[in-house]
Amino acid sequence: MSLAKWITVAVMSVSTAAIAQDSSTLTIEGESMVTETSAPAHVENLDTIYSGWRFRSSETQALETDDFDNPAFVFVDQAIDLWDKVEGAANKSCSSCHEGAEEFAGLRAQLPRVEDGQLVAMEDLINECRTERMEAEPWKWSKGNMTAMTSLIGLQSRGMPVNVAIDGEAAPFWEAGKELYYTRLGQLDLSCSNCHENNYGMMIRADHLSQGQINGSPTYRLKNAKMNSVHGRFKGCMKNIRAEPFAEGGPEFKALELYLASRGQGLSVETPSVRN
Amino acid sequence: MAKGVKPRVKVPKTAAAGEKITIKCLISHKMESGQRKDDDGNVIPRSIINRFTADFNGQNVIDVALEPAISTNPFFEFEAIVPESGEFTFTWYDDDGSVYDTSKKIEVS
Repeated sequence: MSLAKWITVAVMSVSTAAIAQDSSTLTIEGESMVTETSAPAHVENLDTIYSGWRFRSSETQALETDDFDNPAFVFVDQAIDLWDKVEGAANKSCSSCHEGAEEFAGLRAQLPRVEDGQLVAMEDLINECRTERMEAEPWKWSKGNMTAMTSLIGLQSRGMPVNVAIDGEAAPFWEAGKELYYTRLGQLDLSCSNCHENNYGMMIRADHLSQGQINGSPTYRLKNAKMNSVHGRFKGCMKNIRAEPFAEGGPEFKALELYLASRGQGLSVETPSVRN
Repeated sequence: MAKGVKPRVKVPKTAAAGEKITIKCLISHKMESGQRKDDDGNVIPRSIINRFTADFNGQNVIDVALEPAISTNPFFEFEAIVPESGEFTFTWYDDDGSVYDTSKKIEVS
């Protein structure tokens, strides 16, 4: 091989390394996670799906491998305290009806789902318990108590593959989410797909674009040192493209949450994950 | 007393004599810097953990001074060689006078 060819090959391999996600494997507390798998059939434009963990720096990645190092567990601990806290006119706490958060193993992987013709997210289920069983005030969608509780409940499903239903009753919601995913919005005129499907692995200024998978939600973000709900994250994305965000807990975001979850079918639930 | 303060410590339950063990300590704490203002424009008084110590069987192992630029939920990780079975005591000192402590036993064979 001539020298010129060697240089071309070397340059090519460097540029690939710069844009591709890394190839490390994630093991949390000895349990190995699926962070890369072939894309489900309904995701037409991707061959392989990757967890957002694969796009982060090695220091950030390391935080997620140990439950003590993972700062999200501060919030999981808060939720364990909240679990037994009696609130509301009915004088009940979560533990009055539920034996423990363990009984929700598998729930995170299936949500959002359709119940009585409505698309419900985990936040809806928690607030339904709070208002109807506990007769207490509902929690705000992305406030600390709510994200702590969704972290605790989501943690019970860690390691299970994401598996949301997208057919039957869920089909119209899934279609609505898909339409939103491919709709250009805001002053920058960008859709979700422009960044997270066409350009994942690339840098957008200083940020490494992931595929926008939500298998690790809620997410502890180093930028704000708290748990971030999926809808809070959508809101941040929409502000970045200079669009007017939809309401957290509204039908648009819930449909998008369902569609995004379906794009990650087969990835392990990583809740509570650590991202930057 | 600051709200939501909870110390968490990870010490191996057993170790061999002379073995180097890793100890991880984290306390959930706001670490209020004293630079911020509340909604009415009043300065929120500084309230940080200003000192952290670890003792083993009454003997000091590590003593750390903390300054206002340290992040919320300060985390320490250090290594120690444990000569005998005993108890680690970890203490955090808050600006507002509160002292938080927790202890962990370790068996050395």
